Amino acid sequence: MNYDVLIAGAGVIGGMVARELARFNLKICLLEKDNDVAMGASKANSGIIHGGFDPEPDTLKAKLNVEGVPLLYKAADELHVPYKNNGSIVCAFGSEEEKTLNELFYRGIANGVKDMKLLNGDEARKIEPNLSPDVTAVLLVPTAGIICPYELTVAAIGNAMDNGAELRRNFKVEKIEKTADGFIVTSEKGETVSGRYFVNCAGAYSDKIAAAAGDDFFTIIPRAGEYLLLDKTIGNLVSHTIFRVPTAEGKGILVSPTADGNLLTGPTASKVECPECIETTPEGIATVIGNAGLTVPKVDFRKVITSFTGVRSSEKNGDFIIKMSENVEGLLHVAAIDSPGLTSCVAIAKYAVELLRKSGLILTEKKDFDPCRPDPHAFRKMNDDEKDAFIKKNPLFGKTVCRCENVSEGEIREALRRNPKPQDVDGVKRRTRSGMGRCQGGFCLPFVIKLISEELNIDESEVTKNGDGSNYILERL
Amino acid sequence: MINHDIVIIGGGPAGLAAAVSAYDSGVKDVVIIDREETSGGILKQCIHNGFGLHKLGKELTGPEYAAVYENMVKERGIKIIGGAFVTNLTPDRVVTATTKDGILKIKAGAVILAMGCRERSRGALNICGTRPAGVYSAGTAQRLMNIEGFKIGNRAVILGSGDIGLIMARRMSLEGSKVEAVCEIMPYSGGLIRNIVQCLDDFSIPLYLNTTVAKIHGKHRVEGVTIAEVDENRRIKHDTKRYIPCDTLLLSVGLIPENEVSLSAEIPLDPITSGPIVDESRQTMLPGVFACGNVLHVHDLVDNVSDEAETAGKGAADFVTFGETDRLTAAVNPGKGVRYVVPQTVHYNKSQDIPLYFRVSNPCGKVKISVKCGNTVVASAIKLKVTPGEMEKMVIKADDLALAKNGVTVELEEM
Repeated sequence: MNYDVLIAGAGVIGGMVARELARFNLKICLLEKDNDVAMGASKANSGIIHGGFDPEPDTLKAKLNVEGVPLLYKAADELHVPYKNNGSIVCAFGSEEEKTLNELFYRGIANGVKDMKLLNGDEARKIEPNLSPDVTAVLLVPTAGIICPYELTVAAIGNAMDNGAELRRNFKVEKIEKTADGFIVTSEKGETVSGRYFVNCAGAYSDKIAAAAGDDFFTIIPRAGEYLLLDKTIGNLVSHTIFRVPTAEGKGILVSPTADGNLLTGPTASKVECPECIETTPEGIATVIGNAGLTVPKVDFRKVITSFTGVRSSEKNGDFIIKMSENVEGLLHVAAIDSPGLTSCVAIAKYAVELLRKSGLILTEKKDFDPCRPDPHAFRKMNDDEKDAFIKKNPLFGKTVCRCENVSEGEIREALRRNPKPQDVDGVKRRTRSGMGRCQGGFCLPFVIKLISEELNIDESEVTKNGDGSNYILERL
Repeated sequence: MINHDIVIIGGGPAGLAAAVSAYDSGVKDVVIIDREETSGGILKQCIHNGFGLHKLGKELTGPEYAAVYENMVKERGIKIIGGAFVTNLTPDRVVTATTKDGILKIKAGAVILAMGCRERSRGALNICGTRPAGVYSAGTAQRLMNIEGFKIGNRAVILGSGDIGLIMARRMSLEGSKVEAVCEIMPYSGGLIRNIVQCLDDFSIPLYLNTTVAKIHGKHRVEGVTIAEVDENRRIKHDTKRYIPCDTLLLSVGLIPENEVSLSAEIPLDPITSGPIVDESRQTMLPGVFACGNVLHVHDLVDNVSDEAETAGKGAADFVTFGETDRLTAAVNPGKGVRYVVPQTVHYNKSQDIPLYFRVSNPCGKVKISVKCGNTVVASAIKLKVTPGEMEKMVIKADDLALAKNGVTVELEEM
């Protein structure tokens, strides 16, 4: 067997599992069907660190959400991933909804959430002035926060790789053959890789992976959520993450600052045919615009800079599926990870590794495991004197490429050389923020294409947006 | 920290012309800061001709027009700091820029804002569908083609009939791409009439008015777009949807003055122009800071940019030489049929002709344009045709300027 553990899916879950496993003397390989990591729900979600009052008590979701919160803050510090412990506010309009608010409060207590407070509308507006005057009561959850989910994924995988884990991209698992020693996995292109254990973190495709491994016991229900992202100039319209009281559909449309200073609104919730259905729709956009104004009337949708859709991996029983297969030895499912999956990701990973250990995987700690990675955005946080000294040593940090987000050539080149190395423009965008500003890459795209072609040693016509077939340029004139 | 009398932020046509004017008005210590290695701004990529028809009596290409001013700048020994990105301006005129040599801080006697504008993106319009490669703003496509030398698509649809969209329709056709259509959401085109003729009619490219792009299709690369007509409220009429296969969508859907630096100094902006509120010398409401070119209001003709920049350059030089003048100003307001007027304020206790630049709100046939000071008409003109896409000019003569004390209005009357 080539590896001790194969992990299918380089999203935030697969990435955190890889990072946890990388603490031990194991040969690990992450298999990712797309051209980069974080290509599924991990790059298109709300980025919320949920307090933990929402999941039903005694579920895996409740346990791993609440355990996961401090673990995630710690990992974010170690990995230098942007986050804010800004707290969330759940709003009630009227007495019926206030009853639900009370239920959430007591559910939170049952789940072990600390420091929650119930406030009336006026008290809420004292700490959050732009809250609607029609809000009558709120649940304040100070432990909640916001984090950048794709940076978290990139950072976790990069850290895992720095500690010895491997990543294979453009490896779409087609066949999984169980042998006495483990698994022989074949990709769509016919490449094979083998491992003693197989961890299924394949997100919206985890049911297909399970079926391929002969363990077809659940079905993923893909549910799309559309978002509208607004300009940083109104990023501080609210300081907390603002929710409405949840319904059967889910947590509803939120209004929240992001860890990078934008304002995020969304998501909608609609069942879709397949996980590839990641398009925005007029109905979805209208729903976000119509609902965001209920809790925060001042949201000015003329300041939208982009919209996007993510797909949740829901399952009919409504809880995470984290267990060793009952039929196939050595197969671990970490599936149906919809909300609060991001919040719980470190706790999920530790729980998963513990299941592997119990099923026989020998875990001997690596003496030189380093949980930290250097801050990739250190330059942005320096004061002018520090920046000046830094540029004098690294002149490329003085060359601004993305003018909306202030990203330098130096930072982009470093990102192109750091694990997991980006292979396309969107990958550079997710790691550096170039192209994420108000002009949406209008200015920086030609420069980024050039830098990628130089660092990857490919012709500009081979530079893609996100992998095969998404080339920008046909040919030289 | 170093000092310069005049610091100009932006080395495009506005910044270059302002520098020459400031120098020629008596202030020699002028420096231009530009974020690119070579000056010329957006003109570098505008390889089509038509620039300078009014001002120079010639039809130059963008780079040729830029070169006229670059030569003047060079002749005068004015320094251009290239590859320097201004990140901040303080109210007391300290300019901070990131350069390859470190963080540059300059205390300026006067500042001229000439940062130009950026393009509105797909995201800002909420165009639905997937997010494949092949969706470009027209300016980015222009840069990729004209500066980098790439063919970006075989079959294109262009949204927006402003000048950049029209120019790119011709440009792509000339390089062998098929431009299937130019769609325009308004009932009229936003570009210069000569561009409709020279870019669409001459290339048999259809122009669909009252039409927008409803959806983008394609997983990795654009595969097609759904276009649809819109009603009088610009809402999509679903029964008019039509699919056009293509691999490229160019967006020419609006230019937005780049005032992030202006906001860092808390300079008040006009919500209609999205540029600073200025007086007749193009001084903003922050004394000693002037603005000209597309950062002030989006222009159609670079000739007007150069004129405006000359005014700002002289204004900045006078500020450095004479200090702040008295602030007896009157407001200049857009009246009936007029969308905005620049300048928005005017000093009425002086004696000079004051040109007013404005855009009309809607296309009209024969109109009478009047400039009123209080209730007195001080200037009027009859035009056979006006449209929002073509900036107009009226002048308050020096003899009438004192009357501006009662407020100035520019208005239209349909005839």
